[in-house]
Amino acid sequence: MSESARIWANLILILAAVFAFSALLSWIERRLLGVWQDRYGPNRVGPFGILQIVADSIKLLTKEDWVPPFADKAVFVLAPTIVAVTALLAFAVVPIAPDIGVVDLNIGLLFFLAMSSLGVYSVVLGGWASNNKYSLLGGFRAAAQMLSYEVFMGLALMGVVMLAGSFNLRDIVAAQENLWFCVPQILGLATFTVAGIAEARRLPFDLPESENELVAGFHTEYSSMKFGLFFIGEYVGITLISAMIVTLFFGGWLGPLLPPLVWFLLKTFIVIACFVLLRAALPRPRYDQLMAYGWKVMLPLTLVNLLITGAVVLSAA
Amino acid sequence: MWNSLKTMWIIFLHMFHRRVTIQYPDEKPKIPPRWRGRIILSRDPDGEERCVACYLCAAACPVDCIALQATEDEHGRRYPEFFRINFSRCIFCGYCEEACPTDAIQLTPDFEMGEYNRKNLVYEKEDLLIDGTGKYPGYNFYRVAGVGIGGKHKGDAENEAPPVDPRSLLP
Repeated sequence: MSESARIWANLILILAAVFAFSALLSWIERRLLGVWQDRYGPNRVGPFGILQIVADSIKLLTKEDWVPPFADKAVFVLAPTIVAVTALLAFAVVPIAPDIGVVDLNIGLLFFLAMSSLGVYSVVLGGWASNNKYSLLGGFRAAAQMLSYEVFMGLALMGVVMLAGSFNLRDIVAAQENLWFCVPQILGLATFTVAGIAEARRLPFDLPESENELVAGFHTEYSSMKFGLFFIGEYVGITLISAMIVTLFFGGWLGPLLPPLVWFLLKTFIVIACFVLLRAALPRPRYDQLMAYGWKVMLPLTLVNLLITGAVVLSAA
Repeated sequence: MWNSLKTMWIIFLHMFHRRVTIQYPDEKPKIPPRWRGRIILSRDPDGEERCVACYLCAAACPVDCIALQATEDEHGRRYPEFFRINFSRCIFCGYCEEACPTDAIQLTPDFEMGEYNRKNLVYEKEDLLIDGTGKYPGYNFYRVAGVGIGGKHKGDAENEAPPVDPRSLLP
């Protein structure tokens, strides 16, 4: 098989797998939430209710695709595509296994950060273009929240970059051969996880869409497949953040006995399950609490982590 | 932070709890006998209709879903000519059962009354009338009440003295 054919096969398979898994995730999440809330979750359609996702997609696709007459049409249509596209693009740099992955960028980590930052535009523009007060408030919140959490999201990863000495994600995985970075970078892991949840707009940090105060926040006016794209984008985002946590802190595909791909998928799934548990367990903070938490706790914590890691790396050199 | 982690651990342990869901169509829920469900009209132990068409149920009904027309048979016994309950209006409050002086109208623990056609929710007397006595097996209104009908005069009922003849008191 020629090199380009291998790349294309990788590309298409990864795209299909990410899409399929993200769709499946909506069902997995509901089942897991059920498990943790003493109920069953969707278990009627097909074996274990797994065909629920088919029913849901049919429903989403056949709903009226409505653009409100007061909306800014071009931006309104553009917004949901951005979130899906950026989340999928970021997946290009994720090293899934030694020979699986779309591109091997030497600035892979920066590319990931850039793409997750671009994803914010989707939410902000969606909230703005809807021309609806609730949507606008959701968009505002998204902008402020992303800005606050973006700051230490990047900084939290600099410790990993220092230890690995590279921005290349494959080099970072390789550098964890002896010891996963979750041990020396425990502070980095904690802060990156919090930032990641905020980036993915997941409960407890789903203030942009907080449905009990803002109807549905930035996607109040969205219906049909436009809403579906936001939905898919969110689930791809969760998968992406989980995959990045695994890559950066839990040794990516490294692990004994099982093949690398299985290790990667297993670890990613466990992280995703933790995200769902977080949603099942924790209430949403107030907006000022969220801001105070980001700037007054998380950012100093990241800087401390950076200082300690820098000192250790310097003294070791 | 510690609190949040503790919460997460407690929620995680819920994985091993018993499910509270009753898988309804496969697994029927246990319904208490006093459940206020589908309304029926019962008969007395002799197999006659208990309803005496007094209209108290229709008067008590807060949503006016009960309609009936009183008539009498050849023995002077009152009964409803028609008895109609519109279950698409009924709120299953049970006031009709409370109002009924003869224990004729009763609510039962049946709730599976779904219909595709709304008109099918209007129940006529033949849909409502059952062959049994319902919740009160021994009760027979005309056997305990001092009302005279054909075949039973005043004073013939249980625990009843014959009516006093005022003329016998004359000097």
